[in-house]
Amino acid sequence: MANITVNPTRMELTRLKGKLRTAQRGHKLLKDKRDELMKQFLDTVREVRALRAEVEEELMKVHKSFTVASALMSSEALEQALLYPKQSVELTQTSKNIMSVNVPVYHFQTKTMSDSDIYPYGFAATSGELDTAVDALGRVFRKMLKLAEIEKSAQLMAEEIEKTRRRVNALEYVMIPNTQEAIRYITMKLDENDRATTTRLMKVKDMILKEAIEEKRAADARAKEAFQAQNP
Amino acid sequence: MATTYRIAVIGDWESVMGFRAIGLDTYPVTSAAEGKERVKELAKDGECAVIYLTEQLAREMSDVLNHYKDELRPAIILIPGREGSLGIGRDNIQRAIERAVGADIL
Repeated sequence: MANITVNPTRMELTRLKGKLRTAQRGHKLLKDKRDELMKQFLDTVREVRALRAEVEEELMKVHKSFTVASALMSSEALEQALLYPKQSVELTQTSKNIMSVNVPVYHFQTKTMSDSDIYPYGFAATSGELDTAVDALGRVFRKMLKLAEIEKSAQLMAEEIEKTRRRVNALEYVMIPNTQEAIRYITMKLDENDRATTTRLMKVKDMILKEAIEEKRAADARAKEAFQAQNP
Repeated sequence: MATTYRIAVIGDWESVMGFRAIGLDTYPVTSAAEGKERVKELAKDGECAVIYLTEQLAREMSDVLNHYKDELRPAIILIPGREGSLGIGRDNIQRAIERAVGADIL
């Protein structure tokens, strides 16, 4: 690794060890988060696919009914019939927290209570096909709202999973190895310093010893000389 | 927080007229550029929680769609228009999977 510009000191070593511990714990937590999110995400996606297929199929039926209705009625009459809606929908949104992702939950309230009371026109001037179409649309609408809810959830979760995955990878392949490398570098450097100190001390000790021995020898020689001078 | 939101439907007139009958806000548009403007407007005032958009329009405004993909509101959901499904909605799910997993696994 090329990024080693750390000071080989004990303080730095302690700091890096702390950092490594935190990184490893974070890595584990994020990995758990990713796995759980993925599980939830796949469940949601399966649901979305099934519901979307259903909604699309039903909407096509609705469109078909509308096409027939518009063939039977003039477009002005059709527009007039649908111009002022009787039904109105109020939507409230709350959010649910799935693994720290806020996903929307929709609740809706319709103004007219009964499903059979939604036709905004009189029956005299309109075709029966229009009734069928509006009725079918009223029913498919619930599914459409559910679809909106889970599809949005899936999108938001996909984003969060992508982010989490990147973090996990960054920790696993960059942050943790780099820190370990730095720790190894410092440990080796410190050991090297230790050894250098030991050898230096040994050398110093040798020198001191040698000096002491030479002094001793000199003293001995002087004593010997003195002794020989006294006893010729 | 009990704010009520509206639900918008954007598409060509034939595709959206039915939604008016069941009480949604319909915005008939004729071109993708007009559709983009409408989506931006609706997203800006923040009163719309869900926008249904026909696939025929969505085909030409993916830049706007991507912009709102990661926001909580509005949720832009594609629905097939009158000419039938183009499979864009399904592709979007596929793309979400690829984005999350890094590969197409389903």
